[in-house]
Amino acid sequence: MTAHALSDTGTLTGRSLRHILRSPDTIITTAVTPVALMLLFVYVLGGAINTGSDGSYINYMLPGILLITIASGIAYTAYRLFLDMQGGIFERFQSMPIPRPSVLWAHVLTSLVANLASLVIVTGVALIMGFRTGASVADWLAVAGILILFTLALTWIAVIAGLSAKTVDGASAFSYPLIFLPFISSAFVPTDSMPGPVAWFAENQPVTSIVNTLRALFAQQPAGDDIWIALAWCAGMLVAAYAAATAIYRKKIS
Amino acid sequence: MTTTTREPAIRVRAITKSYRDLHVLRGVDLDVAAGSIFALLGSNGAGKTTLVRILSTLLKANTGTATVNGFDVSSAPGDVRKSISLTGQFAAVDGVLTGRENLVLVARLRHLKNPGAVADDMLARFSLTAAGNRRAATYSGGMRRRLDIAMSLVGNPPVVFLDEPTTGLDPQGRIEVWQTVKQLAKDGTTILLTTQYLDEAEQLADRIAILHQGTIIQNGTLAELKRLLPSAKVEYVEKQPTLEDVFLALVGGTGDTGDEVAMSAGEEPR
Repeated sequence: MTAHALSDTGTLTGRSLRHILRSPDTIITTAVTPVALMLLFVYVLGGAINTGSDGSYINYMLPGILLITIASGIAYTAYRLFLDMQGGIFERFQSMPIPRPSVLWAHVLTSLVANLASLVIVTGVALIMGFRTGASVADWLAVAGILILFTLALTWIAVIAGLSAKTVDGASAFSYPLIFLPFISSAFVPTDSMPGPVAWFAENQPVTSIVNTLRALFAQQPAGDDIWIALAWCAGMLVAAYAAATAIYRKKIS
Repeated sequence: MTTTTREPAIRVRAITKSYRDLHVLRGVDLDVAAGSIFALLGSNGAGKTTLVRILSTLLKANTGTATVNGFDVSSAPGDVRKSISLTGQFAAVDGVLTGRENLVLVARLRHLKNPGAVADDMLARFSLTAAGNRRAATYSGGMRRRLDIAMSLVGNPPVVFLDEPTTGLDPQGRIEVWQTVKQLAKDGTTILLTTQYLDEAEQLADRIAILHQGTIIQNGTLAELKRLLPSAKVEYVEKQPTLEDVFLALVGGTGDTGDEVAMSAGEEPR
């Protein structure tokens, strides 16, 4: 059976990518909210925010916007997985000689492709709005690597939501706290401007270290310990969410 | 029925399944001869779907054993899945894909050579060629069910489970499904179907089992089951056409299955 694992995953990924191509609005809507936030922060609020650095505000806040893009994009993964289970096609796949993890991996890979497309759109808008970086190819690859890792971690959380949701609304509601997380981090304002307990939370949650790392990479500055903390958070979330999702999946199909 | 010398295609022994205090199956035994049509009859909640889900490896039994096409459902589920196809109560088609793409998808997943040709062949066989490049979401209920069954038959699995295949279909749709089932059995496929329609079991099945409150209370041919009741009394009754006879006569249908015919006969796309 495992001999076909890769080709079956490919076939199933092709199927859900076709879903996205037939409703490209899922990529557009994923990109619209972050772009609107970017416009709001840069042209309305940004003038009053003191980041304590010399660079333009859009350079400061783009990393946080990219993370918000991913957090809103993965909601569609939970949504699509939930619809598959409701419609009966999930059971068809389960009763066929397909390696069972392939069904989940197809959704995860689709999520990765869709989110990368949204990230490209958002970054393109940011460039039009004046985002500038001298990042080298290696820096860009590092940025992409961290974003991919973050997407995978959040996607497996979305798989948990999609597998255990009772309603369509429930399948996507889990993403709201994730979208909100960057606001209580160093993404938009420096954490030392926040009151004590809030600052403590902001400094010790995953988004801050990831944002700081991306910002340092874009600014070609040393990321210091942040990059290791960021990688540890991403890897930890990925492993925990993957373990939980596969446990729920196995329980569901036995 | 001429194949009694072969091993049973499905063998079920003392299968039980409970959800906490709810005992859905309380020890089910049955054999289905290879190449025959076996109808599992029962009211809603009798446990028919649970049994089908256990036999198609979607669910694990608490106790008991079951083999399908010679493979044990709990120790060799992969081999069972290669031998079967399941058509559930709700048409398991991908509404975003076209009918043809749905069939190609299944053919690819079954690793058949030339998935496109397999799909075209199935579209023709189920009178869906004209609708092949339309999204399945635009199909009428009957067309969607035909596509569903076509997807199940891709790759010619030797054992087919049909869980209430005609529930929700109009009379023509039912007759089309019946013809398909009879043809399959003629070609040697073993079919286990569940139904709550008595006439469906009467029309199709070589053997009929009645599942009631989690056990098989009767199992036999139609003639054997009829013999359980006192012998027939002769009464004279004026033979009126049934509404189904009238309907089929008016719309000209013994299931001539052109898409347009099906559409014009009042099957609104759903």
